[in-house]
Amino acid sequence: MPFNEPNPAEVRIISQRFSLENSASIDTYLANEGYAAFRKALEMGPEAIIEELKASSLRGRGGAGFPTGLKWSFVPRTSPKPKYIMVNADESEPGTCKDRLLMQFDPHQLLEGMLIGGVAVDSHQGYIYIRGEYRYLIPIVDKAIEEAYAKGFLGDNLLGTKFSFHVRTHTGAGAYECGEESALLESFEGKRGIPRIRPPFPAVSGAYQSPTLLNNVETFSSVPAILRMGGANYAGLGTPKNGGTRMLCLSGHVNKPGVYEVPLGFPMMRVIEELGGGMRNGKKLKAVIPGGSSCPMLKAEECDIPMDYDSLAKAKSMLGSGGMVVLDEDTDMVRVALRIMRFYQHESCGWCIPCREGTTWLKKILTRFVDGMGNENDIVMIGDLSKNMLGRTFCPLGDAAAMPTIAIIEKFRNEFEEYLANGPRAAVPQFAMAH
Amino acid sequence: MPDPINFTIDGRQLQAAPGTLVITAAKQAGIEIPAFCYYEGFIAKAACRMCLVEVEKMPKLQTACTLPVMEGMVVRSATEQIATARKMTLEFLLTNHPLDCPVCDKGGECELQDMVFRYGAGESRFTEIKDHADEQQWSPVVFYDPARCILCFRCVSVCSEGMGVGALGVVNRGVNSEISPNLHDHLNCDECGMCIDICPVGALTSGIYRYKTRPWEMEHVGTICTHCSNGCKTTLGVRNDQIVRGNNRDRSGLNGEFLCIKGRYGFDFTANEERITSPLLRVNGKLEPVSWSTALQAVAKRFTAIKEAGGTFGVICSTHTTNEENFYLQKFARQVLGTNNIDHQRTGDVVTLFDALSGTTGQLATIEDFYKSKAVLIIGADLSQQHPLLAFQVRANFRHHNARLYVTGEKPVREDKIATRAAHYSDLRDKLAAEPGLLVVFDDSLKGQAIRDLVAFGSTLNYPVSYCCLVDDSNSRGAIDMGLVPELLPGYHPSNQPGMTAAEMLANPDLDALWVVGANPPGAIVSTKAFKVVHDLFLTETAQKADVVFPSASAYEKTGTVTNVTGEIQRLTQALRVMGPKPDLEIIGLIGREMGVAAQLGPWISDKVLTEIRSTIRAYNVPLPLIDTGGAAQTTPVNGRIPVETRPELIQSQHDNLFTSGTLGRYSEILNSVLEHQRQ
Repeated sequence: MPFNEPNPAEVRIISQRFSLENSASIDTYLANEGYAAFRKALEMGPEAIIEELKASSLRGRGGAGFPTGLKWSFVPRTSPKPKYIMVNADESEPGTCKDRLLMQFDPHQLLEGMLIGGVAVDSHQGYIYIRGEYRYLIPIVDKAIEEAYAKGFLGDNLLGTKFSFHVRTHTGAGAYECGEESALLESFEGKRGIPRIRPPFPAVSGAYQSPTLLNNVETFSSVPAILRMGGANYAGLGTPKNGGTRMLCLSGHVNKPGVYEVPLGFPMMRVIEELGGGMRNGKKLKAVIPGGSSCPMLKAEECDIPMDYDSLAKAKSMLGSGGMVVLDEDTDMVRVALRIMRFYQHESCGWCIPCREGTTWLKKILTRFVDGMGNENDIVMIGDLSKNMLGRTFCPLGDAAAMPTIAIIEKFRNEFEEYLANGPRAAVPQFAMAH
Repeated sequence: MPDPINFTIDGRQLQAAPGTLVITAAKQAGIEIPAFCYYEGFIAKAACRMCLVEVEKMPKLQTACTLPVMEGMVVRSATEQIATARKMTLEFLLTNHPLDCPVCDKGGECELQDMVFRYGAGESRFTEIKDHADEQQWSPVVFYDPARCILCFRCVSVCSEGMGVGALGVVNRGVNSEISPNLHDHLNCDECGMCIDICPVGALTSGIYRYKTRPWEMEHVGTICTHCSNGCKTTLGVRNDQIVRGNNRDRSGLNGEFLCIKGRYGFDFTANEERITSPLLRVNGKLEPVSWSTALQAVAKRFTAIKEAGGTFGVICSTHTTNEENFYLQKFARQVLGTNNIDHQRTGDVVTLFDALSGTTGQLATIEDFYKSKAVLIIGADLSQQHPLLAFQVRANFRHHNARLYVTGEKPVREDKIATRAAHYSDLRDKLAAEPGLLVVFDDSLKGQAIRDLVAFGSTLNYPVSYCCLVDDSNSRGAIDMGLVPELLPGYHPSNQPGMTAAEMLANPDLDALWVVGANPPGAIVSTKAFKVVHDLFLTETAQKADVVFPSASAYEKTGTVTNVTGEIQRLTQALRVMGPKPDLEIIGLIGREMGVAAQLGPWISDKVLTEIRSTIRAYNVPLPLIDTGGAAQTTPVNGRIPVETRPELIQSQHDNLFTSGTLGRYSEILNSVLEHQRQ
């Protein structure tokens, strides 16, 4: 059984097999249009595949939302170096829990997406970098790989062609930064998970200094469906430049948290009401984190907004990884700020000064503030320090720490001032943070 | 030559070669862009973010250390936004950096201090509790303070990229990151101290220099290291006539910023309490301290007597004394004592190489060639152990220019990781023939005919090959150049009557006098009647047998010139004044004066002797301003046959390693303590 009950408002393209018995097995996959897209891809050839992806307006589902077709076109297919397919399964963005389901319940869909990627960029070797905390998934994915080899969908001379493709899983060891594509590659190569100087980008110089096509699990998983239904049809499911469907990880103060697949552009309030079954305990909405903790949160009055990349970007937030966290009126936003900063401070790789020292300083201020020993100057400092981390760091982790903090201090400044006036709010015991 | 790129920095229109980084281009134009983690010669890191600049048409600030200049680029480094960025980066850094300045050795020469003065805020707004971690000692000479560490990672770069040792790494994550030594809590490395001098702050400090003084209390004297033959400049910090430290942070000299443990720490033999500080005379079988006049008279009287009786003299010379001392000594021996029985510990068959190269020019390598040659062939030698500057140059050549390296020899060497190995250089014929150029460096595993064979092999390659014959010590090459061998006069002119070698002198039962200047030859002195005069810093085994001992000044206590392994001559600058010991040149001159031959020998002033050398030996007629200003001048080699019999059995390298250096090393407590630490 998948994690949560499906909802009729969903449009289940990549999660359509989740409810089937033995959904992860290759027999189930083959009985449900499995590997048909791969066959088609072999006939279409690289240029046609990439054109189809461009037409689909599929955008990276890991967080950055970069147009996938465009990214695939950057890989120099004719380079004499070996090309690699790398799946970013380092799902670590707080609030995100979709890739784990895709790997657990439909791993063959992911493998098929990798195969199509291999055809598109002339790659014959793929890797799946799975975060260390998802250790339980490795046997599941490895079994799917084994099945694929056994049934002739991985290996040499596939489906009677000259095309070969091999896949191996690789485990991370517990670092959020290793979800950053270049840090992932460093970790994959056995080095410290520190991001690389870019350019060059992974498409040109990735794993082992060779061209690498690196995408999120959900992105690769969407590719077979696109080839089966056609890029334009996939695009039509969403809104212009925001095509298709995506998995939303709905959590927080709603009645029915869970992972739901919706078309791009699905209204945020419908997510809360229809998919989430409304606010828990009849409470009022206070704020929503739209796509993972790196995204600036939206106040309740800003939540009448379509869930797509461009609309949220216009509202100065992001669709991100789809980790949508709903916060009700009782939420202590000061504690939220501290909780978020603690995450980034802990995960900061330490390479660059502003992030390493900035997140530490901010964490110390926020801790002191939450403990009731804050002052007016702290409110100024929190904003100032965050703004001075923004755009100055080696990789976007610094921005990911800064942006939500700036949003909280600007949109919920009153809660900080209330702390100063009335002292800290009592922590809800079962949610109290250990210091 | 590709066209230069036109670009603008802070309103100034500039040009630079394609591929130049913005930070370098700015520096060339006199615009300072600050950086901690960027260090020329090593892979850019963009970690510290101090070098951020504004670039028109690029939305985000860019690191100048990773951005190459491009046509039409407009860069701004002096805007308010950049000033704020730099101020904030420093403020961030100072949140955990302890305010140790009053007790930190780096105070006064600390890059963080400099940066904060220039770009930082006057006050920090940080009022939280700083993270702390205790200081660690990784070796007798290396201390690490994680709290002070700004995680610029320069030390990791210099150790792995620069030295090829890789003894430093990074552990933990985020603000808890620390530099870690390779053996978890201590180091197993070359102890070169490069990490200490490259550290911009006081995170890595020297155990030798610890708490001794402040940089502005020292006089800094740049002179030539007295240990191996590479000829590195070492800048000695002197306080109250004591050498407190050595480094080469001003990057002057042939060695740039490179120094090994000996150049950096191997100075303390000068202060060893066992230094001989007055002349000694054997009285009733025991060596007694006597006055200079007593000792000099004793020697002069005896030398004169032996000379008048037609006796046999033997002179054994040093590989560390200056060219002036060497020239003067052989002049004394040949013109005053009338003997060709002069020799020193020969450690490389330079003579055969020059003879084999007769008729050619430009085929002797310089230190710079080791960095620039497209390919390098290393025969027999373990450069990292015995010739660390050459090893550093070769490694930098590989890193920066992708030079091809080839090695042959018995033992594995550090270069193996980046080189092609062969059993014999002739196996590499095809590969070497395909190279555009080649530098060949060889040690005493090639002597005599083997060297001729090598040169013959080299001439089959269709380009001129450069050669370097390795010799051991700081003036081994100068010793041969000045004719401290029985068969050659200064400048490689054959003597008409070759004398005895050192071994022959020691074995000769009829030797009447043995004069040993700065040497400790192994083996018994057979002649029981020999009058033995020894100059040295310490009572070596040879000195203990002497009839008269003179206290010598070390290379750090006198002036003069020395010639390194590639034939480059450099000036010594006196760093210390000593009470008691005298430069060997002066001692020889005083003996001569005592014997009444001062006029014949000429003044024992090193500049005057150098003048005579330059007019006697064409190779040494180098432009004086070059060496007077601290530079090195290549002595042009002899170009003609050297018709002498090669005696390969006389060539023997001592095969010192990084922690040994003959007598000087024995009396260096620092080198010995590191050796002890290594053995544990």
